Amino acid sequence: MTTLNSKVPEGPIAEKWTKHKFDSKLVNPANKRKFKILVVGTGLAGSSAAATFAELGYEVEAFTFHDTPRRAHSIAAQGGINAAKNYPNDGDSVFRLFYDTVKGGDYRSREANVYRLAEVSVDIIDQCAAQGVPFAREYGGLLANRSFGGAQVSRTFYARGQTGQQLLIGAYQALMRQVGLGAVKLHTRSEMLDLVVKDGEAVGIVTRNLTTGAVESHAGHAVVLCTGGYGNVFYLSTNAMQCNVTAAWRAHRKGAYFANPSYTQIHPTCIPASDEFQSKLTLMSESLRNDGRIWVPRSRDETRRARDIPEAERYYYLEEKYPAFGNLVPRDVASRNAKTVVDQGFGVGPLKNGVYLDFASAIERVGKDTIEARYSNLFEMYERITGENPYEVPMRIYPATHYTMGGLWVDYNLMTTIPGLYAAGEANFSDHGANRLGASALMQGLADGYFVLPYTIGDYLAPKLGQDLVPTDDPVFTESVQNIKAMTQGFLDINGTKSPEHFHRELGKIVWNYIGMARDQNGLEKAINEIRALREEFWKDVRVLGNADTLNASIEKAGRIADFFELAELMARDALDRNESCGGHFREESQTEEGEALRDDENYAHVSAWEWHDADTPQTKHAEELEFENVKLTQRSYK
Amino acid sequence: MATTTPSRNSTSPPMRPKPKQLPFPLSLYQTAVGKKWVMALTGLGLVGFVVFHMLGNLKVFIGWVPEEGAYDLDIYGEFLRELLVPLFPHGVLLWILRLGLITMFALHIHSAYSLTRLNSASNQPYAAKRDWIAANFASRSMRWTGVITLLYIVFHLADLTWGVGPAYSDWEYGRVHENLVGSLVRPAAAIIYIIAVVALSIHIFHGIWSMFQSLGWSNPNYDWMRRGLSMGIAALILVGNLTIILSIWTGAVGLEAGQ
Amino acid sequence: MSEETLNLKLRIWRQDGPSSKGGFAEYPANNIPTDASFLEMLDVVNEQLIEQGEVPVEFPHDCREGICGTCGVMINGRAHGQEKATATCQLHMRKFTDGDTIEIEPWRAAAFPVVKDLVVDRSALDRVIEVGGFISAPTGSAPDANEMLIPKDVAESSMDAAACIGCGACVAACPNSAGQLFTSAKIWHLNAMPQGQAERYKRTEEMVETMEQYFGSCTNHGECSEACPKEISLDFIAYMNRDYVKSKVKNRRLAGQ
Repeated sequence: MTTLNSKVPEGPIAEKWTKHKFDSKLVNPANKRKFKILVVGTGLAGSSAAATFAELGYEVEAFTFHDTPRRAHSIAAQGGINAAKNYPNDGDSVFRLFYDTVKGGDYRSREANVYRLAEVSVDIIDQCAAQGVPFAREYGGLLANRSFGGAQVSRTFYARGQTGQQLLIGAYQALMRQVGLGAVKLHTRSEMLDLVVKDGEAVGIVTRNLTTGAVESHAGHAVVLCTGGYGNVFYLSTNAMQCNVTAAWRAHRKGAYFANPSYTQIHPTCIPASDEFQSKLTLMSESLRNDGRIWVPRSRDETRRARDIPEAERYYYLEEKYPAFGNLVPRDVASRNAKTVVDQGFGVGPLKNGVYLDFASAIERVGKDTIEARYSNLFEMYERITGENPYEVPMRIYPATHYTMGGLWVDYNLMTTIPGLYAAGEANFSDHGANRLGASALMQGLADGYFVLPYTIGDYLAPKLGQDLVPTDDPVFTESVQNIKAMTQGFLDINGTKSPEHFHRELGKIVWNYIGMARDQNGLEKAINEIRALREEFWKDVRVLGNADTLNASIEKAGRIADFFELAELMARDALDRNESCGGHFREESQTEEGEALRDDENYAHVSAWEWHDADTPQTKHAEELEFENVKLTQRSYK
Repeated sequence: MATTTPSRNSTSPPMRPKPKQLPFPLSLYQTAVGKKWVMALTGLGLVGFVVFHMLGNLKVFIGWVPEEGAYDLDIYGEFLRELLVPLFPHGVLLWILRLGLITMFALHIHSAYSLTRLNSASNQPYAAKRDWIAANFASRSMRWTGVITLLYIVFHLADLTWGVGPAYSDWEYGRVHENLVGSLVRPAAAIIYIIAVVALSIHIFHGIWSMFQSLGWSNPNYDWMRRGLSMGIAALILVGNLTIILSIWTGAVGLEAGQ
Repeated sequence: MSEETLNLKLRIWRQDGPSSKGGFAEYPANNIPTDASFLEMLDVVNEQLIEQGEVPVEFPHDCREGICGTCGVMINGRAHGQEKATATCQLHMRKFTDGDTIEIEPWRAAAFPVVKDLVVDRSALDRVIEVGGFISAPTGSAPDANEMLIPKDVAESSMDAAACIGCGACVAACPNSAGQLFTSAKIWHLNAMPQGQAERYKRTEEMVETMEQYFGSCTNHGECSEACPKEISLDFIAYMNRDYVKSKVKNRRLAGQ
């Protein structure tokens, strides 16, 4: 078992990053153009990294499977982005944001990374404002802030309910500027299907051109994966339909350790599914919880309309159980409580699969106009999807998978266990520990891309000056190309009876039922068996039609599902291994008497990073011990 | 670096080359936005002409002016030729104005023509039937109302200015009122005039609204007036001219007895 | 919420590749729940096609929340279908009636070549952005965000334009395949704010001229704004026209900002 070296610099936490930046090797400005960096994925992390590398002078190639970088699912983040600006003068600081994030992550994140995240958060806002992101403003022209997702200070910056969109477009524009200048070569509709490793170092990638089916080799001095999370392993999630784990997973298969796959976040405010075959859930910003009150009827047999149920017969379960935080408890707490009441039979709606989120008292308190100004786009969205008007009747919400804290293991430099391969944004196991706080995903993606990677990548590249790229006719490339071509053709040749969608749906059911909001040993073991059986059936019976040389969503989908099978199994193993409850990972066996998550700091205050062997051998676990020098470990309590 | 094999399935949008930039203000006319700007300005000038032309023609209702021993319309015609005499010799300013009008007209037509060509090159028709939401009859028939107006103008000049071709048999230079009445009492001529006035009004209805957009005369404070204003001016031109045509056709306005 | 279902007849444009000749194919779509979205309806049809051994229909989609801008097809002659301010993914089947025939066609414009079936290549929009749709602010060079005061109304107006999702419905709906609404929205988003002033005229000039290399010209029908899922206003087009002429007339060396 190799020890994982997180390469966290010595010194007091507040000085680590500054010191590290100084200690990192630099690449001379004139030499930067001699290095080629391949950036895979063009969401917040990818676009910002690619643009910044190019601004510095590196030769950059960026890859996205979308038709344009602006489609990445970062765009769907609604609520906002945190930053320790302390503009509202309410006691925020870098240290407080750091502290809140470590605590919110249930003490399963690396202190130094989180501190750095909090530190650069202030720069992100400056950067984005300079790019023209139309953040919400006060009448005086200063930036507006709101409190978000359980934070006790107002540190969230936002642009209506479209913060992710605006930040992504800012990064996209910065990227397109570099594309226009010729500093970034952009490959759209190009999906990374393999990482090419030579002598233990990442030297390039193999992609498939999704419109022509051409399998192409690209060599680089470093590869940066910004390919997002794996929430779609649940089939029903708030991720975009095409979100997948493939790039990260193929890197894992080439030697990058995959960390904490069981840390998945279930978002509390999604629109419940309306029928069996629904393929996607829609998330509504949890800023709704600032003004909405969550309740269910006290009676399981309630048949009255919500408005007709008197106050006394409503169960405001969050307000009752958590008087201090009320409806603003962290996401995992809110989600699990919703599941509890629904499982107990108190659910609302025709399928009894939701809880009410009620704005009546907020409308009474601040007026319909104010509520409209705050949430009009969310209300419209809700009405469009459900056909119900939330100004009149309470919304129905239910938790859905939304974000995955796990991902490729990275050190302080964001480098994976394969030298030269970096992972940023949701694709890495990240700074969120076992649970991510609201408005922190945008912050992390941009922190990695704008302010961390541009410094840390130089440290790896500097000694490589003069080193040529591995030619794409090298056997490491040609073999990989052959494999990918064979795999693609292989899907067409199976000629089975069931669509890729069918397998994805079935996989999702297993994952949701056994590796969802609450997990136990029996279920997890069962899940592993069921996943294996389904995987076997998939490789025998999937039906992929059409050709490999045109756009073919079925081929894309089949490849992604193949990876989801392997990932799902690892999730179950990781969840099984982690016999404690923390953040988004809740083990039935490890809870307090009140049913709250119970951590086991003695045995599990570590990151689990898994090493791939082959598809039939379980991965080996490597542990990175987490040391907490600046934050006191406490059992979270939101009472 | 990439081992790319050209494929029959790759796509890239067709791009027109950027023209070599001419000196200002010609550079403006090299682009579609600039052409629309020219079209809007010339359109504004032409609408101005149409309004004044109509105001002049309304003098047909005053008819015979005994003190002057002439029709009011004829007097007005002579007044135009006498504009700013003696600063300009007789008829010269009128010709300068006419040249301006012809230039505006030529630019208006040329910009319309070249934009139409650009648009048909950029557009690909749908196989299914389109369901228009905002585009109205006026906006979609600009080309046709424009062409009708152009053809009509040739007819109108021949009929009343040059006195050739379709002009009525006793056409005589300077006898504006009689020429007009002589022409419009013929039902065929009147119908042509009516069609033309209707087409012109429709053209102007969309043209004025469009002008505000093309010139960028947009301001939320007065934007609500733009549709009304285009409707109002179009209606004014329609009603004013139709009244003249119908009054003559039906005999309500005619020649003064004994003249 | 309702348990009703619809039986529909679909006429979907099928086209094997960019150079192939396409045509409508008819498919039944039966037992579609009224709560399903339009794209979920297509999912169901595709599942049926796969079952029958027919190649499924390629259609553009991703986030299904109306924000990524990937989806977009002509539905019965309207871009994104008949619902105002709604992207295709947010159109729900409750807006249709049992027995309807629905015609589904890809976006059409010379600048949007068909890739396959209902999927088109919209990269021309990126070409317009890359020449000026940005504020040159390299990472690290920004002043404190609150040093720049931006009146609330200005930020709001800029946001109105920045809401564009880049779906291309404006081009698809335009009888001239003009890119004015898309381009002008980006120009206003950036030109409205103080950060955008330094590059303002260059931005307007470059973006308009690049737009014209791909797209047609605006004849002010207003179809674009009606089709826009984000209801981007035609006022931005007027602004762009004005600013473009200014960009040509002003001598930037003397402009001073």
